[in-house]
Amino acid sequence: MTEAPSIIAHLKRDDDGKPYLQGAHCGACGHTYVGAREVCAQCYARDRMQPVSLAETGKLYAYAIVHRSFPGVETPFIDVIVDLEDGAHIKGILKDVAPEPENLAFDMAVKIDYREVVPPGSNEKYLAYFFVPAAI
Amino acid sequence: MSDVYIVGVDMIKFGRYPDRTVPGLAAEAALLALDDAGLGIDQMQALFCGNLGQANNMIGQRMLAEIGQTGIPVVNVANACATGATAFRDAWMTIKAGVHDLVLAVGVEQMGKGLLGGGHGGVSTEGVLGSGTMPTMFAQIGVEHARNHGTTFKQFAKVSVKNHHHSTMNPKSMYRVETPLEEVMGAEMISYPNTKLMCSVNVDGSAAAVLASEATAKRLGLMDRAVKVRASEMSSNPFAARQLAMPDFSAATRLAAQNAYEQAGVGAGDIDLVELHDCFATAELVHYENLGLCEDGEAGRMIDGGETALGGKVPVNVSGGLLSKGHPLGATGIANIYEVSTHLRGEAGERQVEGARMGMTHVVGGGPGMGTACAIHILEKV
Repeated sequence: MTEAPSIIAHLKRDDDGKPYLQGAHCGACGHTYVGAREVCAQCYARDRMQPVSLAETGKLYAYAIVHRSFPGVETPFIDVIVDLEDGAHIKGILKDVAPEPENLAFDMAVKIDYREVVPPGSNEKYLAYFFVPAAI
Repeated sequence: MSDVYIVGVDMIKFGRYPDRTVPGLAAEAALLALDDAGLGIDQMQALFCGNLGQANNMIGQRMLAEIGQTGIPVVNVANACATGATAFRDAWMTIKAGVHDLVLAVGVEQMGKGLLGGGHGGVSTEGVLGSGTMPTMFAQIGVEHARNHGTTFKQFAKVSVKNHHHSTMNPKSMYRVETPLEEVMGAEMISYPNTKLMCSVNVDGSAAAVLASEATAKRLGLMDRAVKVRASEMSSNPFAARQLAMPDFSAATRLAAQNAYEQAGVGAGDIDLVELHDCFATAELVHYENLGLCEDGEAGRMIDGGETALGGKVPVNVSGGLLSKGHPLGATGIANIYEVSTHLRGEAGERQVEGARMGMTHVVGGGPGMGTACAIHILEKV
């Protein structure tokens, strides 16, 4: 059986097939980016970017509860901005929480959950990442 | 360098014109602005034409084909929601540089209905890795403001009540309907905390301005109704840590605002009215602070106190704003300039901001993973 392809370039699998999010850490200013890159947008340093695997836990920074999306997309869902523990910032969907503002607290602990899903408009499964509440 | 004046400015009534063409809509606004100045297309030395949806289709040249092919240089401009204001600023720069002294700037857009955003190639990540819709992007910005300052859904909704009320006094607005608070808050939720009535309206529209050097405005006897451009500034998004996850419209706005106040040699307290980029109700409150209309964290109090309503301390979006007047992307930046100019000329009728001497226009646009374009102008009564 072949592995489901990744839905986005910076979501990778290691040699054992285990998923991880690819990031880049600037050795000059210390900022951590989602995805690979060559030059730091913050401090302009070249040749100081180190590839890293991004942290899998973090805190909820902000959210939106999406009730209307494009045709074929199931709603509602919770769109979140998460500050990962390593300082990277990433967008995703928070699962396993009912989509109501009273269920969402700023800085609530979340963790990444890799899941295979069929994206809207596709018939194939893709590897994706989601967030779920983390036990404290 | 010469001071630059607006000597003619106008816009068409925003609405839905599916049977018309983009160059045709542009031509109508261009002729209105020329008529406002009492000038002809043969007197224009250059044209800057802003349009986003058909940016590769030479709208400027096609517009001239409808109103007069004089052979002048034409630059077609596309810069997200700052498209029209960018065309205006480009025209301003050529006069500042002494290259031209009478220039036409036009902004035009023809839009479909529905959500903006997304639309990249490949497998869709919408609903999988989050949402790329514009309402969601600006919902996040509102929630960030709530995080930092405790701003409430109700306070955001009040922006929409205010701007819809203002639009009832603007004959060129797409909608002219009162929307009470309960109706705004109870409307279909698009992306919390923005309901449908807190999202700007996709419409067709066009607006145009004729800009002149001081010497030319005087020579042609156009100073009576001229409006002085005290500042023209633009910015792109400076680095912000979260910008790849969450586009940042605040840093660019703050940078352009600071530079605009400096260029004009004035402060926020000198501004009598503002047309700012209320693409969503959440955005308006954030921009009160970004433009220095109040201290950080005071925007909620400002809307509660009615300070930005017509008759308040600094009326914001008395045109009805993007929320009700409508937001034809490429036209919006020049339509804002038309609105402020109309008040400075004392010709705004029922919605006139009494005694307006100086006003500000602001547009800012961009999208997920793209970046930000911001343009700010400060205009003064002559």
